Amino acid sequence: MPGVLDPRGPIAAAERLILLDATAIMLVVVVPVIVMTLAFAWWYRAANRRALYRPDWAYSGQIELTVWAIPAMVVLLLGGVGWIASHDLDPGRSLQAGAAPLRIDAVSLDWKWLFIYPDAGVATVDELVVPVGVPLRFELTSATVMNAFFVPQLGSQIYTMPGMTTHLNLLAAGTGDFPGLSSHFSGSGFSDMRFIVRSVSAPQYAAWLARTRSAAPTLDRTSYASLARAGSRSPFSAYGQVTPMLFEQIIEWSAPATAARAQAR
Amino acid sequence: MGKLHWAAIPLDQPLAMAASLTIIVGFLVLFAIVTWKGWWPTLWREWLTSVDHKRIGVMYVLLAFVLLLRGFIDALMMRSQLAIAAGAAPGYLPPEHYDQIFSAHGTIMIFFMAMPFMVGLMNFVVPLQLGVRDVAFPVLNSVSFWLTASGALLVNVSLVIGEFARTGWLAYPPLSELQFSPGVGVDYYLWALQIAGVGTLLAGINLVTTILKVRAPGMSYMRMPVFCWTALASNMLIVAAFPILTATFAMLLLDRYVGMHFFTNDGGGNAMLYFNLIWAWGHPEVYILILPAFGVFSEVIAVFAGKRLFGYRSMVMATLAICVLSFMVWLHHFFTMGAGADVNGFFGIMTMIIAVPTGVKIFSWLFTLYRGRIRFEVPLLWAIGFMVTFVIGGMTGVLMAVPPADFVLHNSLFLVAHFHNVIIGGVLFGGMAGFNYWFPKAFGFTLDRRWGTVSFWCWLVGFYFAFMPLYALGLLGMTRRMQHYADASWQPYLIVAEFGALIILCGIVAMIVQLVVSIRTRDRRRDLSGDPWNGRTLEWSTASPPPTYNFAVLPVVESLDAHWESKHRASQPPAAARAPTDYADIEIPARSANGFVTAVFAVLTGFALVWHVWWVVIAGMTGALLTLLAFGWTPRRDSIVAAGDLASDDIARREMRAGAGGNTPA
Repeated sequence: MPGVLDPRGPIAAAERLILLDATAIMLVVVVPVIVMTLAFAWWYRAANRRALYRPDWAYSGQIELTVWAIPAMVVLLLGGVGWIASHDLDPGRSLQAGAAPLRIDAVSLDWKWLFIYPDAGVATVDELVVPVGVPLRFELTSATVMNAFFVPQLGSQIYTMPGMTTHLNLLAAGTGDFPGLSSHFSGSGFSDMRFIVRSVSAPQYAAWLARTRSAAPTLDRTSYASLARAGSRSPFSAYGQVTPMLFEQIIEWSAPATAARAQAR
Repeated sequence: MGKLHWAAIPLDQPLAMAASLTIIVGFLVLFAIVTWKGWWPTLWREWLTSVDHKRIGVMYVLLAFVLLLRGFIDALMMRSQLAIAAGAAPGYLPPEHYDQIFSAHGTIMIFFMAMPFMVGLMNFVVPLQLGVRDVAFPVLNSVSFWLTASGALLVNVSLVIGEFARTGWLAYPPLSELQFSPGVGVDYYLWALQIAGVGTLLAGINLVTTILKVRAPGMSYMRMPVFCWTALASNMLIVAAFPILTATFAMLLLDRYVGMHFFTNDGGGNAMLYFNLIWAWGHPEVYILILPAFGVFSEVIAVFAGKRLFGYRSMVMATLAICVLSFMVWLHHFFTMGAGADVNGFFGIMTMIIAVPTGVKIFSWLFTLYRGRIRFEVPLLWAIGFMVTFVIGGMTGVLMAVPPADFVLHNSLFLVAHFHNVIIGGVLFGGMAGFNYWFPKAFGFTLDRRWGTVSFWCWLVGFYFAFMPLYALGLLGMTRRMQHYADASWQPYLIVAEFGALIILCGIVAMIVQLVVSIRTRDRRRDLSGDPWNGRTLEWSTASPPPTYNFAVLPVVESLDAHWESKHRASQPPAAARAPTDYADIEIPARSANGFVTAVFAVLTGFALVWHVWWVVIAGMTGALLTLLAFGWTPRRDSIVAAGDLASDDIARREMRAGAGGNTPA
């Protein structure tokens, strides 16, 4: 069952741990409250003449202190967890691993994902091939409306926004295919805005890179414009060469892509 | 006629047309019945032009019930679409249609179901609990209601003529900008909510003024029932938050209508601004909804436990703390925007802090039950169901307040399950508890207990079946607003959720049956005592239904739970049974068509703005302005109830209630 409870990377694993810890901390209070609610309601039912009835009892300093203190202490604990975890798991924070990080520029289009590998000079659509165990340093933007990049098994999602970049650091600790999707509604093709992350070994990655470089077409301004046109289908799934600075240009000109969408309607 | 054309009627969409036809036929049938029975004069005089806070409250709740049906049909359509659209199956609703449905569902359920339900209960109950004769501004009250109804009407007109927004219930730009949503759907959304929003703001001003300035002699702040406190907090939030919403929508409208660039991709616009603004309204909004519901539960639990509310002062403090804190947490709706660890951490902690006063409230209700003598009437069932359900929703909410947990749960079905858990389990359960609790006060007969119990259990069980699978799906990585999905392993969960929705449907049917059965057997279930539940607060000290003026002589309040105390004062008979001697003339504000006429012009203007029919816009706005001026220049013609008539009426009512035995202390 792929999902956030089945993490395949350190970020997702840490987030699952926080999720479970926080739930456990709260259940310590929530379960007794539910049990007490049902127990009190049952025991103090009007028909039970053995139950004590104190119609004017409405104050107890000790109980008041306790009922303010219990949630306050839970929040104190959770707040500490939240503050530390916010810093440890900040999406912009780079990951320390043996290997040098792989840079990936992600662009949300209508309704597909473009992944540019700026150092290798290749690009893919709706498929992200990454070497296992290597930190992935994402820069993300949108060439259309807002979307969000999310691979549940790798952790942290982040919004993609036109004219801006966001940053995200992930790592796949094991090989395999992990489903990804857009998690921010972006229009009629939204449901098909899925992609696959293929985490492969270093030699496989090198082989894939070589194959992609030799075979696939070039992503330049023209082919980008046809890719950016509205629809979930892409003419190509990979590009062997990418015009330098294309990602930076996309951030600058989300206008041509969006104009194309307006025309397509 | 601007953009308006025959093509705007979606003749090619059988589902939309069937729905439209149902609505139109329903309206015509209603119209025919009213005409045939000759009810128009009564309807016009007693209801449509009424400025009586009780009548207006009832109309608000009725509006909420009608829109609950519409919103629920949307929900059923979504659930059945997702129950079948697995793998390669496209389902029966194309994205264009499905996207409108989830946008309409959210918009209707929040703005036109939950809001009118809560505002209606507050309108009906607050003046009675304060021991006064009406709200501070009775005619304004009628205007508020009719503006809300105008918004609701516009949303439903979009079904017949044109389309609704396909953007989600908050219409995030840039998707909601003209560039990406060129149709009229977003305009319907914006104008409907602008009109209804003004109504809500006016209602808020009215109730804040009422609670601060119009109270019975002796009703000091610390003697106010908790429901009045929560109403005060909720309406202060309305007054503070709704202008933000109006301004935000105004900016989006300027973008769409005159080509400005507040939130566009180009021209220096920035959608992040909209996110901040809409949630600066949006988070207080959820407390606007839940606080009155907390108030209802405080009343219901104390009354049916036959016991004073535990920790009244803590309850008041907790309410005010929530009121203030609710403005400091908005960023938790977009932790995943990359604001940075310090900002996320701060807003995460602020959000968790709200759980402290909320937790205190839960414990206070718990200790109100403790050593009580609990009668399991229908309102109490809803309250117990709420306590169990709401703590689960609260827990998942706090869970998502931890930013890294939100990073994997945001926008997933886990989130959808969470907010339905608190809105259904909190607001709707609160509304239903209040409806069953105060219905006898409004109409003078009780609601059928058996069908009310059936409805409760269907809602409760249905809720768990419908939303627990969504929690699981969120953890499995399913995001919200999907029209179909590739992962067939999600389908069983969605089928269970659909089954849950069908159980809730049974709950709604049972509600309707309860109402019909109760009305048909009303003669058997009359409550002549005015106090069927052995109540504690002043609304139970007058007749059911209360006379227009509520209290013949304003009660003098000497303590909290004023009615209960007066019943228990051993040395003398209950205040309700003693006829006062100091009757005086009462002025009753005359009925006013101002609200209704303004609403007609508001609907016209809103509709014309959507379709760019500028001459109608000018005509409609002029009409509304003239209505206002005409109202301003009309001399006051309040009717007077003379002291003598008042005395004889009142004494007759008191004898009737005494004859019914009343609810003497157990």
